[in-house]
Amino acid sequence: MSELKTIKTLKEIPRKEQFAPGHRLCAGCGIPQLVRLTLKAVPDPKVVVNATGCLEVASTIFPYTAWRIPWVHNAFENSAATASGIEAAFRALEKKKGVKKPKIIVFGGDGGTFDIGFQALSGALERGHDLIYICYDNEAYMNTGIQRSGATPKGASTTTSPAGKVIPGKRERKKDLIAIAIAHGIRYAATLNPAYPVDMYNKIVKAASIEGPTVLHYFSPCPTGWYFDPSRSIEVARLAVQTRLWPLYEYADGKYKINILVKKPKPLEDYLKLQRRFAHLLRPENKWLLDEIKRDIEENWKRLLKLAGIEK
Amino acid sequence: MPCKGYRNGERGMKVRGKRIGLNGDSAVAYAVKQTNVDVISAYPITPQTIIVERLAEYVNNGELEASFIPVESEHTALSAAVGASLAGARVFTATASQGLALMYEILWIAAGLRTTIVMALANRAFSPNINIHCSHDDLYATKDTGWIEFIAENVQEAYDLTLQAFRISEDKKVLFPSALNLDAFILTHSLEALYVLEDKDVNEFLPPKDPVNPIDPNNPITYGPLDLQDYYMEHKRLQAEHLKQSYPRILEIFKEYSEFTGREYKPVKTYGMEDAEVAIMILGSSAGTARYVARQLRKKGEKVGVISLTLYRPFPVEELRKVTKGLKALAVMDRAISFGSPGAQLFMDVSATLINEKEKPLLFNVIYGLGGRDLTPNNVKFVFEKAKEYAKEGEVKETQFWVGVRE
Amino acid sequence: MIIPEPATSLEYKTGNWRALRPILHEDKCIQCLLCWVHCPEPAIIRSEDNKVSINYDYCKGCGICANVCPVKAIEMVREE
Repeated sequence: MSELKTIKTLKEIPRKEQFAPGHRLCAGCGIPQLVRLTLKAVPDPKVVVNATGCLEVASTIFPYTAWRIPWVHNAFENSAATASGIEAAFRALEKKKGVKKPKIIVFGGDGGTFDIGFQALSGALERGHDLIYICYDNEAYMNTGIQRSGATPKGASTTTSPAGKVIPGKRERKKDLIAIAIAHGIRYAATLNPAYPVDMYNKIVKAASIEGPTVLHYFSPCPTGWYFDPSRSIEVARLAVQTRLWPLYEYADGKYKINILVKKPKPLEDYLKLQRRFAHLLRPENKWLLDEIKRDIEENWKRLLKLAGIEK
Repeated sequence: MPCKGYRNGERGMKVRGKRIGLNGDSAVAYAVKQTNVDVISAYPITPQTIIVERLAEYVNNGELEASFIPVESEHTALSAAVGASLAGARVFTATASQGLALMYEILWIAAGLRTTIVMALANRAFSPNINIHCSHDDLYATKDTGWIEFIAENVQEAYDLTLQAFRISEDKKVLFPSALNLDAFILTHSLEALYVLEDKDVNEFLPPKDPVNPIDPNNPITYGPLDLQDYYMEHKRLQAEHLKQSYPRILEIFKEYSEFTGREYKPVKTYGMEDAEVAIMILGSSAGTARYVARQLRKKGEKVGVISLTLYRPFPVEELRKVTKGLKALAVMDRAISFGSPGAQLFMDVSATLINEKEKPLLFNVIYGLGGRDLTPNNVKFVFEKAKEYAKEGEVKETQFWVGVRE
Repeated sequence: MIIPEPATSLEYKTGNWRALRPILHEDKCIQCLLCWVHCPEPAIIRSEDNKVSINYDYCKGCGICANVCPVKAIEMVREE
């Protein structure tokens, strides 16, 4: 395998943009940073397959497209399936006609990945197609109006898990995408966060260098659905890591590595108080739920430390 | 059973190919192998499983160089096929019944994105209750989606139409996916004799796919954008016009294949229609039974005829209008039921076709054969009797009735 | 259906979304490139010698650039 083009400073990130402005994603949306860095980190030739959702809708309203590379949208739950077909086609065409196989990147939101798209993703991982599946997780079905998904964190208020008088938000915990992906026997999986762009960029480079399926899980701040001032997007993202709520780690060929070892976590309230979707959790009557969430975070952190072979 | 006069290749016709015995599924798989397909993306469902299994064998034995994707559901099967077709590959899939229903939303997308997928559709009944035998539910379910639909009446046609489907779908004047319908078990699993072409003949008729606008990083295209109110309707209008315009090209390719092989293919098949006063219109393998009965009645001097279709979508409107001129009564037989509607699907197609004709036959609808229920010669005789009765009285007493069911 | 040309979104100027506009004080800028990395549009232009400037045709005024700048070289002011 050739030298990986990983970086140490932002200046080493290539200048070329393959995602153009003029798209209609919300001001302060976390998705474009993922797209821009991904397209810079993955070498050409490449093609993007996109599930229905915020990114797809906002970037390709006919006749305007923000994409400078081939881009395919089929339906909501089948981005991994569509990508499987493209990959299989290029494998055949490469053998039979010498056509060069492009790198295939799949973008899906948490809706199109965790829930409706789960089957297709599982099938693609099991069959071992060569593709990079990246889930931009804004923690609800944002494009259709902020309904809860399997990725919505415990306690969050969404339109279908509202913080009501009797039930205070989502009761269920967040599905663990990376654990499930790894269980399929894939070689590389990692979490990404926009507040750590060098870490993020390098993980995408690593994923792209692998032949076979890889899964990346991106924390995507959503000012519209989480209710915070758009200018604080990166602040919110950083706090997610610093409270240990969103551990930054990677899995490569059987080994776990925690990229940001948060020794002294910030209090969870610092993160929650910035977002109105969590406002109810800071009320005294919901302290039991807040404590439950904090316990979940601690358990998850301990689990990851153990997997990474780190003694507390 | 098709009557003797219709068996292709006899009566001294020079027919291309060697004569072997295959069941419908195997014949389709064999044809697909000969097309040198690039990608096979299919999920097994009775009674299409033999197609998928044969193709897997061909690939794993090195007889066919293709990517075989063992997808985890039919929805994924067609989704992957769409991706593969956009990438410029020659693609095949197959399904039936529930599988077709599961991939339904993607049917529209496959047609709207102008893929050239060929799909074998083993016509099996929709649940409930679960039934693996022949109905035309899935054939009809596909009719509005923008796919071209062929119907095979016997194993020979299943083989020939598969080859023609690839050629037609990939033709630059067409560029729409096509479905090849064959009856569950009656054709899929029944061994019949057929002529198969030599590989070199298939290569001559069907050159490799020359894709239009394939995925190409040197020519970056956005496939499948979003349309707001200002563009959707025009895009659909364009698609409808293109499908209409592909009709003459389909006929040209039918003709080319007919001349190439000596086996005739045309959108509408007729028997006895030169002088028929009443007729039955029927699709699929049962057309043979209808002709068998018609032949017996005609021997007794009765002026009866049978119409069947090789091309169902786009619907052969002009041919049908021509062929039904002078008919007094036409029984349109449907192997499916459209609940709550004034008639089953073919009946509605035919009614819409003939509604503004100055001269049109009395039309009535007969439901038959659901879930693999046999259509017997006596059933057919009964339908001809009704047609004659209505023609004589000058009115249709029952616009829709069922045959072969225990009341 | 397809859109056969790349990047036609450039014709759709989202700059008119702004309620606040970023002003870059170049004298303060240390060329760390954080604003360029984090800008969602992107509406920050990075030149070959790593200087940055703002593309007001597309800037939606989200304020992330001002928020992440370590030396407060970007100021958000009311759009006219």
